[in-house]
Amino acid sequence: MPRVEALTELQHDFLQALVSLNGSAAQRFVRDRAAASSPLQALEELVTPALEELGAQWDRGEAALSQVYMGGRLCEQIVDALLPPPGDAPLRSDADRPRMAIAVISDRHMLGKRIVASVLRAAGWKLLDYGHGDADSLAARARADGLDVLLVSALMLPSALEVKRLTGLLSTTVPRVRVVVGGAPFVFDEQLWREVGADACGRNAADALAIVRRLSAEVAACAP
Amino acid sequence: MRAMTSAERVGTVLRGGEPDRVPWLLLVTLHGARELGVSIEEYFSDPERVVEGQLRMRRRYRHDCLYGFFHAAIEAEAWGVEVLYRDDGPPNAGAPLARRLDDVLRLEAPRVRDSACLRKVLSALVALKARSGGDVPVIGVALSPYSLPVMQLGFERYLELLHERRDLLARLLAMNEEFCVEWANAQLDAGADALAYFDPVASPSIVPRELYMATGFDTDRRTLSRIRGPAVFHFASARGLPLVDDVASTKAVALTASALEDVGAVKAACDGRLTVVGNLNALEMRRWTPEEAETRVKSTIAKAAPGGRFMLGDNHGEIPWQVPESVLDAIAGAVERHGRYPLE
Repeated sequence: MPRVEALTELQHDFLQALVSLNGSAAQRFVRDRAAASSPLQALEELVTPALEELGAQWDRGEAALSQVYMGGRLCEQIVDALLPPPGDAPLRSDADRPRMAIAVISDRHMLGKRIVASVLRAAGWKLLDYGHGDADSLAARARADGLDVLLVSALMLPSALEVKRLTGLLSTTVPRVRVVVGGAPFVFDEQLWREVGADACGRNAADALAIVRRLSAEVAACAP
Repeated sequence: MRAMTSAERVGTVLRGGEPDRVPWLLLVTLHGARELGVSIEEYFSDPERVVEGQLRMRRRYRHDCLYGFFHAAIEAEAWGVEVLYRDDGPPNAGAPLARRLDDVLRLEAPRVRDSACLRKVLSALVALKARSGGDVPVIGVALSPYSLPVMQLGFERYLELLHERRDLLARLLAMNEEFCVEWANAQLDAGADALAYFDPVASPSIVPRELYMATGFDTDRRTLSRIRGPAVFHFASARGLPLVDDVASTKAVALTASALEDVGAVKAACDGRLTVVGNLNALEMRRWTPEEAETRVKSTIAKAAPGGRFMLGDNHGEIPWQVPESVLDAIAGAVERHGRYPLE
């Protein structure tokens, strides 16, 4: 993997530990950083930049999907060990704002959803996992849960097109919900996300992190 | 130059020559149901319908092959996976067979002759061969032993198996190799002239080359050497450029270029060792105007067709149901206008 100049040496070394699946080294980097600063800073200074870089490398054809998946899974395990016990304050004060869920629409291919969920959780965000569902069931759950953001993954073109029905349903029932889409059809057709009425499209897990940060700020700005 | 038959055109390109025009491999499946006015499920339930659909579509689009492929899930169905039909796209494979990695130990390969769904494909190939008169290449499809596990285990579990359980991986690949060889050769015996060997997991988009070389390449190379006919190494939309030298060392005669790649760069990397197939974007095709179709065909031909060793096709191996017939008509016309050798 080519040297990433934008990362610090520590971030680069952590990324190398991730892609080589050296779990003990990766865990040590995060634990040391958390001890020197705080668990939240360890996430923001180490885990998030490394996962963002890995996602961007995949988009440029420099990393493989398996590395993004296995790296995200490893980070999720590391962060789980860092998380405070249930009942204590979460790592980040904005962890549950926006109120988010993630789902696969209309098919059963879960890999994309799993990758994005792992990366977001590893960055300290909370999100509900809806598994898979059709437009009706996802819209009903989004309304019942009072969501701010619904992340939707699709592998096949017909599933991606089903998002149009979902955004139509949400616009009449819970118009504040922002729909973020991702998956192969949106990578190969860059206009598709606008066509289906989504608010944003993530080509990779790095995009998902950036979009969630932006939407978090927007939701906070709109809060009463 | 006199007009060649499709078989002559494709054969000339595979031998490294320039035919009368660029061969056009339209890998269209679902549109046959629309031609016949039946649902996708009804269409694939009867091999005679698939044959009639393929012949009608070739009369309309004048492409250089007949495609005996039904859908990718049919191989999973042979292994016992449920197939979920829909009315606006290819059927999808249902829940994977193995829910835990150790479930691999309980998998048993089907025999082709005992599988009703695979026998339907073989019937279609027999009829396509008979009705093509030998003038049109008939193409079959086999999933690589290395990519089939996505449907046997689910993608996540398969990636975990690749990284964490090489013992189970070896067992699974050995079983899949035997199945793939039997299935591929049965299609060639039935009438397929060539096979698309679908192997998206081999792509560096999915696993790093080092991992593929350590876990899958030997299986692919051996499997391709046991298939008794020409095979196109098909990445099914994924990138293949970094693997050109590796694919060239197998018995594959061609490989596909992704719409995410520069088809000219893939052609240059092949350097006469392999024929390139691609790389029209099958998903964007859905909203092309006739003018856009013309432009895309013209530019793709300009990049990759000079000197031969190139066949125009989509990058995925299956034209989406949502692509209008008018776009396919426009591509057909553009190939005839811009694909004549000597090229402009």
